[in-house]
Amino acid sequence: MKLRSAIQLASAALTLAALTFAAPATAADKIDPVADARAFKKFFTDKFPKVKLEDFVNGPYSMDEGLHRQWEEKEQFPPYEFSLDMGKEMFTKPFKNGKTYEDCFPNKGIGIRQNYPYFDEKEGKVITLELALNRCREANGEPPFSYVRDEMAALTAYMAFTSRGKPFDIKIPNDPRALEAYQRGKEYFYTRRGQLNFSCATCHVQSPGERIRAEVLAPALGIMNAMPIYRSEWSGMGTTSRRFTTCNSQIRGVPLNPQDDEYRDLEYYLSYVSNGLPISGPGARP
Amino acid sequence: MNMPRSALVSILLIASSVCAFAATEADYKAAYAAAEAANKEAAALRNQWTTTAATLAAAKKAADAGDFDAATASAREAEALAKASSFQATSEKERWKDMEIR
Repeated sequence: MKLRSAIQLASAALTLAALTFAAPATAADKIDPVADARAFKKFFTDKFPKVKLEDFVNGPYSMDEGLHRQWEEKEQFPPYEFSLDMGKEMFTKPFKNGKTYEDCFPNKGIGIRQNYPYFDEKEGKVITLELALNRCREANGEPPFSYVRDEMAALTAYMAFTSRGKPFDIKIPNDPRALEAYQRGKEYFYTRRGQLNFSCATCHVQSPGERIRAEVLAPALGIMNAMPIYRSEWSGMGTTSRRFTTCNSQIRGVPLNPQDDEYRDLEYYLSYVSNGLPISGPGARP
Repeated sequence: MNMPRSALVSILLIASSVCAFAATEADYKAAYAAAEAANKEAAALRNQWTTTAATLAAAKKAADAGDFDAATASAREAEALAKASSFQATSEKERWKDMEIR
């Protein structure tokens, strides 16, 4: 009997201990975007104490003085300028039905980049700027543009340019589906994939400022603020979709289709954690 | 002692000669089908690797050229890659949290 009592007591103690340790795990799993964004900014500002918070939007050019000087010189004759001109012309040119992009967006599409992506409660999904632009085209009887080609880059470049300096203001509405989309985006960001077993965080959290071959890796903080970007490596402009799909294939993972739910959620997460940092797009990168 | 030793040697010889047999078209087809099935599983997990596709393509190219040894070897490698990508996707379901900034 004594033995049985001892076993029962030990079992009860173990159960209690398990419950005690299980409680903090549940708390840690709670989805808390505000705490995430705070921790995200703290991580990068602690890691790079000399970089001002708003300078993180300049990616690798914020990482040291030499690169910063390169960026300043580049900005005098920015390589994305041709795309900006093209985007402005496209944005104001009427569709065949006489309407323009202005008719699809709040404030006629000017100075609104900082509000994208947003969570559409009717649809229950994240809507990115690239997706909204193609939906606008289709609603007006025009064929959609490729998400990874110059036309989409030009349109988003122009819209970003009209929003420069405005702080990212991504909202997560009081809708469990929005919170789930945010969480899925976070999970995608930290999940290792591809034969090289890299996550987005491997490069942009663990190694910003380090070189991968000839490139200096950008910090994840502020990385969306500069989109779209002109990349010397590409000798051209790249959309957010192009950046995501290329990252996947570079680590030997088969990219998903541009604007698949995973990429939309990823953009939602990455944009949210950079809330408060200014839009700097279109950007230029080495 | 001599008999069992000679029996063992015979078995090893037979086994090695079986391994040395050239792969047939049927071997290749079976290996390719297994690799494709494994890659479909990875696709369902949204985590295919580009190297799996490239190795499957190499298997098909070797088979088209009539080299079923190389084709079968590539198909088996592709299956291993596909299974590794599925393992990665499954294990990352929880492991991603280790990387998270908190």
